[in-house]
Amino acid sequence: MSENKKIGADALMTKGWLGAHRWLLLRRASQLGILALFLLGPWAGLWLIKGNLAYSLTLETLPLADPYVLLQSLLTGHVPERLALIGAALVIGLYVVIGGRSYCSWVCPLNMLTDLAAWLRRRLGIKGGAHFSRNTRYWLLAMTLLLAAATGTIVWEMLNPVAMLHRGIIFGLGMAWSIVLAVFLFDLFVSPDGWCGHLCPVGAFYSLIGKASLLRVSATQRAACNDCMDCFAVCPEPQVIKPALKGQAKGIGPLITSHNCTNCGRCIDVCSKDVFGFASRFNNKAEVSAPQGGATALGNRS
Amino acid sequence: MEATSNNQSRRQFFLDVAKAACGIGMFGLGLGLYARQARALPPTAIRPPGALAEADFQGACIRCGMCVRDCPYNILELARPEDDLATGTPYFVARKIPCEMCEDIPCVKACPTGALDHKLTDINKAKMGLAALVDQETCLNFLGLRCDVCYRVCPVIDKAITLERTHNVRTTKHTMFLPTVHSEHCTGCGKCEKSCVLEVAAIKVFPINLAKGALGEHYRLGWEEKQKAGASLVAPEIEHQYNLPEGYKYEQGPGLSGEAVPPAAAQPAVPKALHGDQL
Repeated sequence: MSENKKIGADALMTKGWLGAHRWLLLRRASQLGILALFLLGPWAGLWLIKGNLAYSLTLETLPLADPYVLLQSLLTGHVPERLALIGAALVIGLYVVIGGRSYCSWVCPLNMLTDLAAWLRRRLGIKGGAHFSRNTRYWLLAMTLLLAAATGTIVWEMLNPVAMLHRGIIFGLGMAWSIVLAVFLFDLFVSPDGWCGHLCPVGAFYSLIGKASLLRVSATQRAACNDCMDCFAVCPEPQVIKPALKGQAKGIGPLITSHNCTNCGRCIDVCSKDVFGFASRFNNKAEVSAPQGGATALGNRS
Repeated sequence: MEATSNNQSRRQFFLDVAKAACGIGMFGLGLGLYARQARALPPTAIRPPGALAEADFQGACIRCGMCVRDCPYNILELARPEDDLATGTPYFVARKIPCEMCEDIPCVKACPTGALDHKLTDINKAKMGLAALVDQETCLNFLGLRCDVCYRVCPVIDKAITLERTHNVRTTKHTMFLPTVHSEHCTGCGKCEKSCVLEVAAIKVFPINLAKGALGEHYRLGWEEKQKAGASLVAPEIEHQYNLPEGYKYEQGPGLSGEAVPPAAAQPAVPKALHGDQL
C-alpha cells in the first residue's frame, strides 16, 4: 500500500464496487436481518422470534441460547431447564462448524459500531493509541466466569455492552446507549479494535468454541499476493493473516487457522488478486497454489 | 548468554501476567462490589410469579425477556442500566400495572432456565411479594369510612385480605372495618396497591423479605402448643395471679371495676401483616 492510495482501491478497480464489498454487504445483511427478525415482533406484531441473543424461541419451536451466559448461570450453581440447555447445545454445534467468531462478524449488533469506529479511524487517519495484549479478553473471560462462581450472580450481564445493545434495541435501551457509545469512542480514539479485538469476553468465549471450526478463510492463491497490505489494514485481527499468507516457505498451509479470525471475509473483498476465499478446514495443503486450486474456496471469482 | 535472555523472557512473562491479572482483578473487584449492591431489590420492584429468591434469581435469570413477551397483559419490563435492580431482569411495579394472575401462568412457562420456577402451577400459590397496609393514618377504612376497595379487588378475597371489625372509639357508635392482609394467602399480585383510591396508596406490595417479619426460632405460641398437645403444657394449670392497682377489683368475667381504663383492656386492633417490629 503506497501512502497516498486508498485501502482497497486496487480491488475497486479490478472487481468493481459490488465485487469489492460482496462479503461486507452479506455480513451487514446478516447482522441487520437477524436484528430485523427480532424486531418484527415488537414493531410489527409478527412473532417469528421471541427473546434476544441470550435466549430466543423461533416459531415457538426452535430454542437458541447463548452458551456463554448459560455457562455463567451454571457456575452460579443454578441448573437451567431443558430448553435453555438444548438451545445452548444447538448454538455450540452451529459455531463449531462455522467458526465461533462468526458470531462477532455476522450476528453481533455491536460489531457494526466497532466496524464503523475502525472505518472512521482509517478515514480520519487516526493513528496509534493505547496498545495492550489481545489476550486481555481471555483474562476478562476468566474473570467473568470466576465472578459468577464467587458471587452467585451473573455479574457480567450487568455491564455486557453486547447483550445490552441487543436487548436494548428490542426491549428498550434506557441508558445502555451510554455504554455502547463508550465502546465506540474507545475504539475510535483510545485503542484500535480495542473492544472486539482485545477486550470482549463474549468474542473470546466464542473463539474458543470455534477453535477447530470447519469453515475457515484460506489464502489459497497466496502465490498471487502482491504485498499491497490492504488485507492487513482492514482485518480486525491482522495477526491471524501472516502465517497463512506468508508461511509457504516455512511449510505452513494457506488456511487461517487462528480461532480469532472472525470469518468476516473483508480480506477476500479487499484483495485485488483474489488471494483469499472461504475453505474447509481439511483443505490446507501447503503446496496448493495452482489457479484452479480454489474449488472449495467460495470467495474466489475465477 | 542464553540463560540471561531466557531469564529475561521469563521475567517479562511473569510481569505481563502480573499486569493483566492485577488490571483485570481490580476491574473484577469493582464489578463484583457493584453486583453486590444491585442484589438488593428496590421496594417497588416486584418479580414475576415463581421467581426464585433474589440471590438465586440473579444467577438463574439470563435476561432473555421471554416472560415479558408471553405476559398477555404486558405488565413486565426488563430493568434498564439506570434502574435500581440487576440490568436486564424482569419486574413489574404494582401501582402502575399489577399482575392479573393468569391461571396458566404463561410467564413461568416461557422461562427457559427456571429462574421462574416451573414447579409453580397454581397461581394462587405464587409469592411475588406481600401486601402491607403501611399507612393507617390515611387508609379510609382506618378513618372509619367504608372504602373497602383493596378488599373488593383482591383475587383471593376473604383469605388474603379480610375486613377485621373493631369498635370506632372516635364516634363511639360505629364499627371500623380494617383491611388486614394474611401472608399465607397473599400472592403479591398488587391489585390492592393499584386500586387504592388515595393519591399515594396506603396499602403497598413489597418484596417478601421487606414486608414479612419473623418470630424468633425459639418462640412458641402458647395457645397453639396447647392445642397441639391437647392440654395445657403446664400441669397442673396455674391459676392466674392478678396484681391489681389499689381500688380495683375483678367482677365476674373479664373487666375491671374502677375509675381508669387499664391499658391491658384497650388493646388496639392491629392488622396481622403489621405484627413484628418492621414492615
